[in-house]
Formats: sequence, structure tokens, C-alpha cells
Amino acid sequence: MGTSGDEENGVAGLGRPGGTGQVAGGWGNGDLGSSDDRAQFSALLEDSVEDLYEHAPCGYLSTLLDGRIAKVNTTLLDWLGYERDDLLGRRHFSDLLTVGGRLYHETHFAPLLGMQGEVSGIALELKAADGSRLPVLVTSTVRTGRDGRPLLIRTTLFDARDRRAYETELLRARKEAERERERLQRLAATLQKTLLPPTLANVPGLDVSAYYHIASVDEVGGDFYDLFPLAEGTWGLFLGDVCGKGAAAAAVTSLTRYTLRAAAVYNPDPDAVLRNLNTVLNHEYNGADPRFCTVIFGLLTPDPDRGGFHITLASGGHPPALLMRADGTTDYLPTPGGQLIGVLADAHIATTAVRLAPGDTLLLHTDGLTEAHVNAVDGVDRYGDDALLDFARTLAPTTASATVDAIRDLLDTFGSGVDDDTAVLAIHVPRPPSEELQ
Amino acid sequence: MLAHGFGCDQNMWRLVVPALERDFTVVLFDHVGAGNSDLSAWSPDRYSTLDGYVEDVLELCRELALGPVTFVGHSVSAMMGVVAAVREPEAFAGLVLLAPSPRFVDDPETGYRGGFDAEDIDELLGSLDANYLGWSGAMAPVIMGNPERPELGEELTNSFCRTDPDIARVFARVTFLSDNREDLALVKVPTLVAQCASDAIAPREVGEFVHARIPGSRLVTLDATGHCPQLAAPEETTAAITSFVEALA
Repeated sequence: MGTSGDEENGVAGLGRPGGTGQVAGGWGNGDLGSSDDRAQFSALLEDSVEDLYEHAPCGYLSTLLDGRIAKVNTTLLDWLGYERDDLLGRRHFSDLLTVGGRLYHETHFAPLLGMQGEVSGIALELKAADGSRLPVLVTSTVRTGRDGRPLLIRTTLFDARDRRAYETELLRARKEAERERERLQRLAATLQKTLLPPTLANVPGLDVSAYYHIASVDEVGGDFYDLFPLAEGTWGLFLGDVCGKGAAAAAVTSLTRYTLRAAAVYNPDPDAVLRNLNTVLNHEYNGADPRFCTVIFGLLTPDPDRGGFHITLASGGHPPALLMRADGTTDYLPTPGGQLIGVLADAHIATTAVRLAPGDTLLLHTDGLTEAHVNAVDGVDRYGDDALLDFARTLAPTTASATVDAIRDLLDTFGSGVDDDTAVLAIHVPRPPSEELQ
Repeated sequence: MLAHGFGCDQNMWRLVVPALERDFTVVLFDHVGAGNSDLSAWSPDRYSTLDGYVEDVLELCRELALGPVTFVGHSVSAMMGVVAAVREPEAFAGLVLLAPSPRFVDDPETGYRGGFDAEDIDELLGSLDANYLGWSGAMAPVIMGNPERPELGEELTNSFCRTDPDIARVFARVTFLSDNREDLALVKVPTLVAQCASDAIAPREVGEFVHARIPGSRLVTLDATGHCPQLAAPEETTAAITSFVEALA
């Protein structure tokens, strides 16, 4: 105690005339010009040195290295409602803290102070004699002797009630913003779900699988697909990508989906289906905000003689389908020249027809997959059509679900490189069980 | 093997490591979620009980294959050592439990006094929330603005005692809501209980409780104030660890 008291008497040293004279001198050129004024002013400061410490607008506290309180100013005593003798030599700084503050002090504050010699601006709460709480901002420095050994700890405490109220408000606003974001994400996810079929139609003799990869949880993407029954023994399927994201794109997606479904009932010829869609989108969005999409539409009919299915595909500017044959040969089914749907009044639609034999698998995808960023090789940083073709060749012959699973895993390896939504739809004609056994 | 407790990281050991290194191979690590650990390895599932941490310690022992180690666990890590040694006693030559507490909350039913009532713990978890802003913002300039101590490199200054608030909250729950009293009697490896003379977090009767429950354990009371004897009384802490390990040999 004695030693620390002596050390702390250094505070009084601030009051030496030389120090105060300088301050007075700095101001002395104007109003304090007369010697009377100067003497008065000086006397005022001289008197106030002890007072400056005792009644400073912040709490002062000096503690021994073990935390025992060696010196405390009146401001802090008044805040806490303690007598000086209650604290000096009897209590530790951490005794003045709430339990939470005490734990924080022990586990963070004290170790940091020991390591750095200074810790500042830490929010803690004091517990007053009457049990009330006072939020403060605490700064501590370690005072060392000439030999560099730590002697004691000096601490200032600032009343932080206003700041704490402000922080509490900030915290509340931050939590609210986090909740809102979660709500938005839930909403986007729900909206996304309503734009996709809950289940795909069951087509006898066909194995079907689809996957939708969401690139951003904050926004609704513009990819879509469906597979649905048409007139007896025929099925329609489509997969596409509306330009843009968010609510506006979702509205176009919705219009596109229902138009495709209705157009296919009206005239199931794939070329006609896409023409009708083109007309609808072109009429709807012909103003300053053009909206368009790429889409591939297929009409499936079973082949009663040889087994398997016939499929006629029509494409409006969409990446071509991939055909993986039962014998392992794999290639794109080109549909060149098809134009974006919705831009021109009379878009050109490209069609192709193919028979899916038992063991064959057809894959439709959106360009989120091939446009995914991958590690740059030879200056190319997109995954690309060729890489997808090579990948498909390693899969063939395969099934619908195995294809979709493999692409899902592939997308996972891209991680955040997939910056656009991706939809994939695979159909596969299983081999008859007799062949399967061989 | 030195395991730091709640708050801060392996730098807690910096005052005892130089002396210990003269006689022993010292293994230091940051718990997942603390210091310079890979934060992406942290998950609330694995680390919302002591088990995740215990598994980490055991994995560390297996991976390093140093043979039976002396595990020095501070605060909550002392109980990680206890659980780990109960689970795989062959991995440990001895345990040093530094300022241990098997349960911080009082248990009126059994008359156990951990030093805190349930209200206190609620207040602690509340204060972690209050420091949410402080931890993520205000602490950083404080830690980095340290021109007199250039040896505290950027890497260190950014990490020491600075924990992701969400992780800190989960770790605080694990630390202050765990109850490992039952595990103490199952410890079969030589154990030293080293408590502080005046510790606001783990009072002396808690250290005595741990000593009484662990069969054959030794108890030393370090002349240190606070919960961190490795900082407050590094020489004495080192001496206690050294003489314990030498007696094992």
C-alpha cells in the first residue's frame, strides 16, 4: 500500500508551478494580460490539482498488480456509493464488477493488460453499493518502475450509460436486420420452390431426375424445368433460363412456365410451343424493360415397336442437350440457330429429333453449370461446354439419378465459383430387366 | 501439452513456456474457434459440449504420437483433460489441472458451491451479448495500436483474446454450464491440482473438491491472485508443473 501511495503521489507533480504556468501562458496574451488576472488564474489551477484528480469527470482507480485497490477518486466513490475506507486495501478491482464483467476481466482483460501493458475502451459494468449497475468504458495502463518492472495498474472509468443505450439500440437493429435477412431468404426459397414442380410426372418406362442449384440464398434465380403428361401416351418436358434474377425474373419465370404448359396442350409440336411462348413474352415485355429467356422443350412419345422413346427437341437459344448412349458414346445434340425467346417478334426456333434406346440418358442443363468459375487454366476460367462433354463421357453409360448426383457433386467442387443458378434434368430409358442381368 | 481455457489463446502460456522448454517437449495449440485456429473447422454441433474439445485433444495425442503426455489444462481445459483421461487413460502420463472447476454453478441439492448462482451465469451470457459490438469492433484497434511492443506481430495482435462473438457465446455456455463432477472419481492417471490462493472464478473450496474427488491426486495452492496463475505467478506455476512431471518419471 505504502509504496503504491508514494508512486501515485506522482500525480501531484502535475501541479508544479512550471506546468501550470505554461498553460496560463498559452492563454495569457488576451484576457489574462494583467498580473492580477494571471495570479488569480494560476491560483485557481494550483488549488485544483488535487481537485482535478478527485473530482475529475471520470473515475480514477489505482490498483496493485494483484488487483487490490490502492487509490480511488471521489468521482468513482460517488458513483458507487462507497466510502474510501470500504475499498482501499480491502477490495479488488474485479470486486467492483458484475459477475459477467468479473469473468470477462479475468479471462480477457487482465491477460491482455499483462501482455500489452495497456487495454482501452473495454465495456464493463460496475456494481454500486446499493446493487445498481453502471455501464462504464474502462482503460487501464500498467505503470512500470525505472527498471521496467510493473508496479501498479492505473485505470480510468468513463460513464457509458448513453453509449451503452446507443450500443444496445445498435445491437437490437443488427439483430433485427439479421432476422429480416433470414426472413427474406426464407421468402426467396419459398418463391423458388413454387416456381419448380413439387414432383416430376411418372412416365412409365422412363427414369427421371432433376436438381436445382441455388447460387444465392438472397435472390430468386431464373432457371426452371418441368416434365408433365400431355395427350394419351405423350409427355412434355422443358428446361430454361430467364434473364436476370430477383422478383422481376421470378414473374417472367412464372409466366413462362404456365405459357409453356398451356401452349403444349394447345399444340404439342415443340416448334409451335416455343413460337407461342415467344409471342407471349414479346407482347408482354415490348417496352423499355425487355424480358427474354432461353429454353429447350421436348415432346416424348414411347416407341411401341422397339422400346425406348422418341423425343423431338426445340431450342430457343439454349445450350444443347447431351446424349449419353448405352454403348458409352456421348455427344451434344446440336440445335443451332435457335434464337432467344421474347426478343424478336418472329424468333427462329431450331429443332432436332432422336430416339432414346434402352440404356440411353439425355441431359438438359442451364449455363450456370458451364459458366461456373473454375481455376484458370490457359486463361480460361469458365468450366465450359468441352469440359462438360468430357465429364459426361466419364459417366456414360449411366442413369438419370447417377448423372444428376454426379453433376451435384461437380457443382459442389466449384463452391462459390457457381455464381448463377443451375438447373439440370436427366431422363434415362432403363434396360429391360432381362438385359440388366447380363 | 498445454491447453488454454476460455478467453484468449495459447499465448496465455508465453511466460511459462521458455522455462518448460528447457526440460520438456512442449505442445501448444489453440482450441478450435480461438486464436489462429481454422475457424471454418468450428461448428456449433461439435463444440456445444466439452466432447468436441475432448475429441480434439485425443486426436492431437494420436496424431503427434508422442506417447503418454502430461496434459496441463487451464480452467475449462482442465475438465477436458479429466474427460479425455477417463476415456483414454493410456494416452496420459499425468494431468495438471490449473485453476480447475468441475462445475461453476452452485448446486444447492448437493450443497456443492461452485461460486456462481444461475443468475450470475445469465448475467455473464448477457455481458457477452453486450460486448458483441465491443468484441467485433472496439477490441481490434486496441489490440493493434501497440507501437511500443513491435514484437507483437500483426498476426498475433489480430487474434489474441479476440474471438468471434458467436463462438465465444457457445464456448462460454460450454465452460460455465458443464458439470463434470462425476468424472473426477474415474480419473486413473496421476493428477496435480494447482489452484490459486485467491481466484474469483474457481475459489479454493472448488480446488479442494477436485482434489478430494480424484483418487491419489496432489493439491498445491499457488500464491497467485486471479484465475490465470500462468500469468500472475509464472515461476511458481512452472515449478509446480516441473516437479510434478519429474516425480512421474
